[in-house]
Amino acid sequence: MRIAIIDTSSTRAAIISDGLREAGLDDLIVIDPMGPLVVQIEAARPEVVLINLENPSRDVLEDFFAMSRALARPIAMFVDQSDAEATGAAIDAGVSAYVVDGLSKQRIKPVLDLAVRRFQAFSRLQRELDDARNALAERASIDRAKAILMKRRRIDEPAAYALLRGQAMRTNRRIVEIAEAIVTSETLMGDLP
Amino acid sequence: MTREILRIGFLPLVDAALPILAHELGFAEAEGLSLELTRDMTWATVRDRLLYGHTDAAHMVAPLAISTALGRDRPAVPMAVPFVLGLNGNAITFSTALAGAVGLGDTLGDPVAVGAALKQVAQARAAQGRRLRFGVVHRYSSHNYMLRYWLAGVGIRPDADVEITVTSPPFAADALAAGEVDGICVGEPWNSIAVDRGVGRIALATAQIWRRGVEKVLALRGEIADERRDAVLRLIRALHAAAAHFVRSDTAEQSAAILARSAYLDASHDAILRAITDRIRVVPEGPPVHYPDFMFQYREAANFPWRSQAAWLYSQMARWDAVPYSDADAATAAGVFRPDLYREALAGSGAPLPGASSKLEGGLHEPIGAGSVQGRLVLGADRFFDGRAFDPEDIPGYLAVLP
Repeated sequence: MRIAIIDTSSTRAAIISDGLREAGLDDLIVIDPMGPLVVQIEAARPEVVLINLENPSRDVLEDFFAMSRALARPIAMFVDQSDAEATGAAIDAGVSAYVVDGLSKQRIKPVLDLAVRRFQAFSRLQRELDDARNALAERASIDRAKAILMKRRRIDEPAAYALLRGQAMRTNRRIVEIAEAIVTSETLMGDLP
Repeated sequence: MTREILRIGFLPLVDAALPILAHELGFAEAEGLSLELTRDMTWATVRDRLLYGHTDAAHMVAPLAISTALGRDRPAVPMAVPFVLGLNGNAITFSTALAGAVGLGDTLGDPVAVGAALKQVAQARAAQGRRLRFGVVHRYSSHNYMLRYWLAGVGIRPDADVEITVTSPPFAADALAAGEVDGICVGEPWNSIAVDRGVGRIALATAQIWRRGVEKVLALRGEIADERRDAVLRLIRALHAAAAHFVRSDTAEQSAAILARSAYLDASHDAILRAITDRIRVVPEGPPVHYPDFMFQYREAANFPWRSQAAWLYSQMARWDAVPYSDADAATAAGVFRPDLYREALAGSGAPLPGASSKLEGGLHEPIGAGSVQGRLVLGADRFFDGRAFDPEDIPGYLAVLP
């Protein structure tokens, strides 16, 4: 069963294809999102197409699936309507699937389930990465604010931090917000006496 | 009082205005609703979110609601359209090269004259083995059917003499610039953006093909329309109030400013304002041309979901799709439009409510008073460019005489 993967994120496409391969589904084609999509699909002749829900090319592809005589059997979206639950889970995870006419539910379901798990794993990774990036950026702001306070007020680091923390608690804001305000005002007015 | 939440999907187009304004200007709030708007980039995603419960309602090209109910290319899901978000508002834009070959002027052309000139070019290109290619926004869109109706009406056979492919609106100007297509039929502001970028010229407004052509609708799953009937009725009232506000000349600036925001259309304020005020810049740097009723959002009970409009769209589906006409499909298609919900929502409001649910489409050459159960209803001229009228009671007869 040949599966084509179309994803605007090449990292996620790699994560999905790794998962499918591990499950023994190794007839895979990863479509290059920068290349001509229809030409690539036509050449690949897939039986299942996995695509991220928000891919900007979906209307174009659906038209191709409906019109193409290049594919042996017409491709439609989620042909088997008895499995609305699995389809819903896929949409929730952010993946859409197109399947050739007549392919059995038993063969599609494991592919879809796996794609859903991998999409979710990718989202989790992305969230963790974003959190880590944010934490890093926040730490940098706080360090810069502390340095500004230490220089301006001629105090040591623990005192500078206590100043930030005290202001945050009094004004019910996060420490990083206070720090960013200090960094901004220093950028604009730091050269004033 | 907690407000009931309704999630609405939309594409960044000027005719997504009514749900956006209902949300921004308090019309939804006044009905005890809180709208959550979800923007997407393709109709496929808007449809999937609607069918799998990410949204409760959607701004949608009318034929897609019908094809979904008919189960074209996917399992059928009952659909309900209780409100039309607007008529027309689209245009056909030629690439600069095609505009030159056809000899487009500095104003909107005449559909028959432009068609005759285009036919010459199309035949020459086909003889060279390089057929002209037009992009429409979706396979099941009014754009596709309007373009095909015009082409066939001027003697150009879609799919034989010219190719018609799908080009998503945000990429339409790029596709013209790259020469992937020779013309596009899309909604605003995407024609104007192509003109402003200097890659195309507007040939016709779709309002010139069918003066009162049904365009975007509010679409829901039939199940939601039943289960949340009260919320849907309130949404209809909120959208109707937003429409009355939207068409006032003194609100155009404000509406354009809201729509231009990055959360909505994220597009040029000026291009949006031109569309809202029916002023179309046809050629780059040229003065905007005033074309009355380019977009039609409120008057003449424009928001009323006439079953005959759904029937016309179905007639075109039967005309161009591989699946032939059937009485059962025609009934399903017409049944997607729900004038009963519209009437129930606006009963007692003073808004004109048509007495009939279906009418002869394209039969009016001048404004005429029409039967109403509430308010005074006047319907304006609604002709097709070729003068043919559509009788929803005889779709096979209509299809038989079309070219």
